[in-house]
Amino acid sequence: MSNAPESTVSAPPRAEAAHDLRLQGLTKEYATFTAVKALDLVVPQGQFFALLGPSGCGKTTTLRMVAGLETPTSGSIHLGDSDITYEKPYKRPVNTVFQNYALFPHLDIAKNVAFGLERRGVKNTKQQVAEMLELVELTSQAHKKPAQMSGGQQQRVALARALINQPEVLLLDEPLGALDLKLRRGMQLELKRIQTEVGLTFVHVTHDQEEAMTMADTIAVMNGGVIEQMGAPTELYENPRTTFVANFLGQSNLIAGDIEGRDGDQVKVRVQGAVASVPADRAHAESGQGWLGIRPEKVLIAETGHPIDAPGDVITGGFVTDVSFVGVSTQYQVRMPWGQELMVFEQNTGARGMLPVGTKVDVSWRPEFAFLLDASQDAMAGIEGD
Amino acid sequence: MATVDDVATGGPPEHRPRRNLTGYWLILPGALWLLLFFVIPFYSLLAASLFDPDGSVLTGYDVTFHVQNFGNAFWDYKEQIGRSLLYAALATATCLVLGYVLAYAIAFKAGRWKNLMLVLVIAPFFTSFLLRTLSWKLILADDGWVVDVAQAIHLTDALQLVNLADGDRLLATPFAVIAGLTYNFLPFMVLPLYASLEKVDVRLIEAAGDLYASPARGFLKVTLPLSMPGVVAGTLLTFIPATGDYVNDQLLGNTNTRMVGASIQSLFTKENDYATAGALSVILMVIIVAAVMVYVRKAGTEELV
Repeated sequence: MSNAPESTVSAPPRAEAAHDLRLQGLTKEYATFTAVKALDLVVPQGQFFALLGPSGCGKTTTLRMVAGLETPTSGSIHLGDSDITYEKPYKRPVNTVFQNYALFPHLDIAKNVAFGLERRGVKNTKQQVAEMLELVELTSQAHKKPAQMSGGQQQRVALARALINQPEVLLLDEPLGALDLKLRRGMQLELKRIQTEVGLTFVHVTHDQEEAMTMADTIAVMNGGVIEQMGAPTELYENPRTTFVANFLGQSNLIAGDIEGRDGDQVKVRVQGAVASVPADRAHAESGQGWLGIRPEKVLIAETGHPIDAPGDVITGGFVTDVSFVGVSTQYQVRMPWGQELMVFEQNTGARGMLPVGTKVDVSWRPEFAFLLDASQDAMAGIEGD
Repeated sequence: MATVDDVATGGPPEHRPRRNLTGYWLILPGALWLLLFFVIPFYSLLAASLFDPDGSVLTGYDVTFHVQNFGNAFWDYKEQIGRSLLYAALATATCLVLGYVLAYAIAFKAGRWKNLMLVLVIAPFFTSFLLRTLSWKLILADDGWVVDVAQAIHLTDALQLVNLADGDRLLATPFAVIAGLTYNFLPFMVLPLYASLEKVDVRLIEAAGDLYASPARGFLKVTLPLSMPGVVAGTLLTFIPATGDYVNDQLLGNTNTRMVGASIQSLFTKENDYATAGALSVILMVIIVAAVMVYVRKAGTEELV
């Protein structure tokens, strides 16, 4: 009796944290190498989360451990309060959209979609299957076999087959990898729309940085079995913490420099004779040598002697070695006096014509767009080999 | 000179009809072979089944369209026909169970031993069929340890209950005949099953597990349906020759385990009753073809492709 008022006062359970996916110290070792090294990760409920990295970085292994298709060597996987580390895959409230879709070739589309519900003993699946096929816009194809459908349609069936179970976490293993570019762009928007609509947690594995940035709320960039950096797409792009992230997510100019030290909320860097500054919260090295980083589209360019719009830190003495016109922008390669080639992307506003190869130019950037990385890292890390 | 002309005029337009004939040329050897060794013998067998039963090898036969041959042969040998179908069905079922487990193990669990295991499945073919069947006489012999073990675990008693053995022996019983058939035709079951199972994408089995199917349910709903072409091919390759087999029952059975194949052989070679032998052969063929057609239709494998 005396307890009654207290229980009404107690705070309702934090619904948003109840079904977070938490990986702690997750490790997977094979006989000859370690695929995933002590991974710590929290995916909040309802997020579109992307695991981004080159092939062999451990992202698919991580996904398969969450699905229960691989057993971790050590560490744990929690979904809300329950430990699912060693739970059998068919008992986890987790479903997967496989890279090759893995549709059952002997069942028609409706039966493929109903598969999970039927295994859980749901009697009348018709209504739910119909709704799900409507969501992925395949109502008219319900009685076709998977082999009679196009790649994009199969992809949507795979999505419907997983979504119909309303899993707490939906895992997507490079689901768009097999589609051509145009279809892929369309499906990216479609996936994002469906995720917003159903509100489930999506964990999306991809090696396509543009795909990750387009769709995800949060991206974890993986390399060599560890997470290099995690955050919102803009944060990762604008303020990378490692050379790998700087190069893998978009492109970066990395210029070697000597860090002179902190000056207020700026860090001064001596770059090939000039002094550049970097905001302190974008400087990931404080002393010694460093890589001064600047994105190509943040670099301004002008013919030597001509004024530069909104100049910041200016470096002179470059000349254009290559020009390519790609419609929305013009991409320049500029050879600097110390021999390095910088990339400069200039938006095609029409304010000035293209600068021809051989033109002597000055380059400049706003200090607030620069970032500073530790020089012990490989400046070429994360550049996809051609 | 002719070759020069051919080259000169043999441009793409003239070349095309010739290329279309290639298929027919490729079929020709096989078609001739079938004509010589199937169509002609089948015709003579059919003719023999309609011979006047009063003829003999010495006096010659007349084709009298004596259709009563079929009725008489069926009536006289209905037991042997029934026994053949029963023994072949039991041997096929046993082969299916043993063969499926073996093929599944080779396809999914053998790893680097896969090729070795496949060679071992085929290895018996390097020895004569007759020798291998004869050696079963030694294995199942009354004073052998196999019989001792079978008696100790009451297998012989169990077999007597279902009329597959009499007394406490194994040799010269229906059990021995079925065991011999099972042994001899097992590779014909295992190989098509293996070929089918090997093609099953393990990622589909993973997907079934991901979609709440326990391993057993996943097997029943995904692996088994996808291996049906192998099941159908394997059962046909086992059942058809096992029904007509005339070796196992003579070497491993007794006079009460006679199968129709042995009866036909004896009618042709010992009793020289070509009419009955021919009629019995045709009856057996019709029964098998009908059974196979029903079976293939029921199994519905065309949906799987």
